[in-house]
Amino acid sequence: MDSGSTTELIRESLVPLLWGLLKGTIPLTLISFVLGLLLALLIALMRLSPIALVAAPARFYVSVIRGTPLLVQLFIIYYGLPSIGATIDPFPSACLAFTLNVGGYASEVVRAAILSVPRGQWEAAYTVGMSYPTALRRIVLPQAMRVAVPPLSNTLISLVKDTSLASTIQVTEVLRKAQELAAPTYEFFTLYAVAAAYYWVICLALSFSQARLETRLDRYVAS
Amino acid sequence: MTTPVTPPVPNGDLLTVVGLQKSFGANHVLRGIDLSVPTGSVTVLIGPSGSGKTTVLRSLNALEIPDAGVVRIGDVEVDFAAGADKRARARLRACSGMVFQGHNLFPHLTVLGNVTEGPRVVQKRPAEEVRAEALTLLDRVGLADKADQYPFELSGGQQQRVGIARALAIRPQLMLFDEPTSALDPELVGEVLSVMKDLAADGWTMVVVTHEMRFARQVADQVVFLDGGVVVEHGAPADVLDTPTQDRTRRFLHRIIDPI
Repeated sequence: MDSGSTTELIRESLVPLLWGLLKGTIPLTLISFVLGLLLALLIALMRLSPIALVAAPARFYVSVIRGTPLLVQLFIIYYGLPSIGATIDPFPSACLAFTLNVGGYASEVVRAAILSVPRGQWEAAYTVGMSYPTALRRIVLPQAMRVAVPPLSNTLISLVKDTSLASTIQVTEVLRKAQELAAPTYEFFTLYAVAAAYYWVICLALSFSQARLETRLDRYVAS
Repeated sequence: MTTPVTPPVPNGDLLTVVGLQKSFGANHVLRGIDLSVPTGSVTVLIGPSGSGKTTVLRSLNALEIPDAGVVRIGDVEVDFAAGADKRARARLRACSGMVFQGHNLFPHLTVLGNVTEGPRVVQKRPAEEVRAEALTLLDRVGLADKADQYPFELSGGQQQRVGIARALAIRPQLMLFDEPTSALDPELVGEVLSVMKDLAADGWTMVVVTHEMRFARQVADQVVFLDGGVVVEHGAPADVLDTPTQDRTRRFLHRIIDPI
């Protein structure tokens, strides 16, 4: 393998892999993360409920999601569900699997963040007339955000990389594109290295955004 | 200068409490508390720690749900034995403004935001009106120039005064104070007590849990001594504080006034 053709190959692979990133990896990540966070909030609130019948299913859910491999969850949804009559296309299958997964992991982060807000904040919110949902939305969640941002950033960064698992169920994302280009040429090293570089760039950008967001959220705290 | 938010006109008792009972597990903290607070008067609750005075205060706005007893504030009456649902609790809470020992200001909102949050978000009053009233209230507690700062930038006494403005902003009929100066450095106690004294002079009905005996003597119309979950003695400050009839009151006052 001479270096001239390697440079050529990298240049030729950049655009197809970028498409894989823009049409596969990034939408998959964004959809799953946003829906996953909503699910996480729901699960967290259920777990915080004093009613055992509400809290127990949430605890069970978190246990199952954390106790089984993501790849197996993905396979159950894409390869397993059709045998009981529910066939879902690759991309929505992947979105579903990652949403359920993020929901389970992030719910623990959200729960801990809500618990980190002192009880007096709830009480003060009640005394100015707020209901539970209003107190949660206006007073508790904004403060919980500060605590939740660093661990949720970890979840997001993990998710970006985990979306590569979707290549195993025919979703055209960065890794899948690299595999397709590598198959006829046998240039696995080069093409997978380009794919890795793309993931890394995205994660660098996310780490940078995280730092900025943390600074913004710290504006009301004594330094 | 009087408070922009005005207290109700005197007309009999604003607050009546009958037979308040509360247990935390096996700990029977309130064993039948009766209390009457005339409109426009100041009642100070005193008593040793664990006497139930804070629980009484917190029951008045349903932060604590008593097992039994009736609380009536103005036209709103809640019978806790019958079960106080969400709506009953909300109606009771709307009657009173609460000032906490630890101020509990919302740290993510500015001083002005803390004061306007209730009227704007819950009461849905017009933004301009709420803002103007909040600035007047902040002026009233001497903090108009701090409106755009965050709570962490303020001293403890200033934070507590913002807490008073926030409580007044919901236009309550009754003001509740839960040891408002206990968490403050001694040199900051005066500024908070002086704001409270002004409120009393304006005619606010107030129920205050405190250990500040000078405040009780100067400002209170009624002093209530609680111990072991019952009212041991109540009456005018001069009577309860200077010539207590009960032994328990005497022992308590002796420990407060002469602790060593």
